[in-house]
Amino acid sequence: MSLLHWTYLIVGGSFALYIGIALWTRVRSTAGFYVAGRDVPALVNGMATGADWMSAASFLSMAGMIAMAGYAGAVYLMGWTGGYVLLALLLAPYLRKYGKYTVPGFVGDRYYSDTARLVAVVCAIFIGFTYVAGQMRGVGVVFARFLEVPVQQGVLIGTAVVMLYATLGGMRGVTYTQVAQYLVLIVAYLIPAVAISWKITGNPVPQLGIAGAVTEGPGAGQPLLATLDAIHRDLGFAEYTAAFARGSRGMADVLCSTLALMIGTAGLPHVIIRFYTVKSVRAARWSAMWALVCIALLYTTAPAVAAFARYNLIQTVDGTAYAQAPEWFRKWEDSGLIAWVDKDGDGRIDYRAGAAFRDKPQFTGERGPHGQRLVSNPPSASANELYIDNDIMVLANPEIAGLPNWVIALVASGGLAAALSTAAGLLLDRFVRPGLLPLGTLVARLSTDPARVLNLPGGSLSPGAPGDVTILDLDRELTVDPTRFFSKGRNTPFAGWRLRGQNALTIVGGRIVWDRERPTP
Amino acid sequence: MNAHFQPPSAPSDPERDRRYWRANLRLLVLLLAAWFTVSCGLSILLAPLLNQVRWAGVPLGFWFAQQGSIYVFVVLIAIYARAMDRLDSDYPAERDDSQR
Repeated sequence: MSLLHWTYLIVGGSFALYIGIALWTRVRSTAGFYVAGRDVPALVNGMATGADWMSAASFLSMAGMIAMAGYAGAVYLMGWTGGYVLLALLLAPYLRKYGKYTVPGFVGDRYYSDTARLVAVVCAIFIGFTYVAGQMRGVGVVFARFLEVPVQQGVLIGTAVVMLYATLGGMRGVTYTQVAQYLVLIVAYLIPAVAISWKITGNPVPQLGIAGAVTEGPGAGQPLLATLDAIHRDLGFAEYTAAFARGSRGMADVLCSTLALMIGTAGLPHVIIRFYTVKSVRAARWSAMWALVCIALLYTTAPAVAAFARYNLIQTVDGTAYAQAPEWFRKWEDSGLIAWVDKDGDGRIDYRAGAAFRDKPQFTGERGPHGQRLVSNPPSASANELYIDNDIMVLANPEIAGLPNWVIALVASGGLAAALSTAAGLLLDRFVRPGLLPLGTLVARLSTDPARVLNLPGGSLSPGAPGDVTILDLDRELTVDPTRFFSKGRNTPFAGWRLRGQNALTIVGGRIVWDRERPTP
Repeated sequence: MNAHFQPPSAPSDPERDRRYWRANLRLLVLLLAAWFTVSCGLSILLAPLLNQVRWAGVPLGFWFAQQGSIYVFVVLIAIYARAMDRLDSDYPAERDDSQR
């Protein structure tokens, strides 16, 4: 069977599965459509709410943020969980008690006003469109790709399929899809966390590991947080656990930010709507508890992962001779997210408080005596020799912890989806333009070579070959904007980079499937 | 605001409604006070002070801010859900099990 047949078989099969789920969960009444017949069990609703919430907050970046912020990371941890107490006590039971299907329905009845209802409807439609526009474009691209039709047609077909699915399955179909999503996300998050906790503290539960003792290294037998604080002190940083230390957020800042996030969390429409889907007011209360349990599982793991990452980073890097630096260190240096300035000329990496130099590193393109990439930024007065971009904590954590390759691969696969969104621009701007890679070689690496290795047709422009062509515009500038990625993965170290060179036109099977001049709706 | 939240199905008894609503409010005030004490109090306002206390090497202020407060939030909602279950069984007429 050819690739095309396989594609039809797999895509067709998965659609059959989705439609099957939709038919299985199909609804027969108004209540069934809007609120899943109001018979979603509290635990199931909790997991679905968790999925809503975790895709809203980029769940990978949180640990990296906390590792760099220390105590102040609590703003996000408390802000995004404390709001559920307000939601459970002040909102969810009353919204459910009123027995309406939608928030505008509630607003209209509660204030005896059709004007208020209309305002709520307009707000809901705007919010809905904002959420849906990006999603539908993605759906359109997928359909265009698999059915080999223009993207506009892809959007229409995609809309029809989604409508069919939503009309058949209603809120119940959506709920069970989200339960699956929650399970995948939480497992993906917990596997590396458990592995890192086990390695550092000998306790596989990260929540206990953060309060546990280090098993090896200079601080063996000492509590992890005490060791981390001591290391921070020795290197001139404020203690990791210290509140409102010099140079970090002050008390008023932390207090106000936390309260603002908590109140905002209590009012999120896509979370509130979930409480309409449960059996009774009683179930709405218990459902709020299960939602927070599901979210707390992630939000208590993240700070543990953050502390482990911070500990590992300092342990593996500080005082290490550059020549002996771990592989990931060189790799990220090559990508410009780590820079080392050997201020004291001893060939060792000194990681201290303060910036190694001002601004982002400007690499000169030359290598120093130890093989390090030299920067043109004038060194600062601080003894710190190391520049680390915060995003590294997110992407490199499993590597820094020395986890097995399959765990790293698991984490990387999430980042890979986002990487595809920036590949062309990055390669053209950072490799071809400075002359590191001839354009002809790049084209071969991305087309002919993979085709040969995988034994696929294509990758050549000879007569009889598939008419698959990508046209590049080498001078067009593009700023990397994660909010416009097709992928749901929004983590990218390249956000905000201005890159020269991007795709102009993509032709598959002789038909234009993507055209920069005619962006898709 | 409370007038609108009384279940329309129950036979009217203003005195009983008032007692039910007051018990409900008392519970809310108690739990929200605990919520504020743990999140804003122990985890933020008193964090520098509590950080002086280390339990098995873990500074308490830091632990409340990044772990303890989240556990307390879960427990508060669980207490609320249980207490409301009890309250509803004490006031069967106020309970709303309707599948509207």
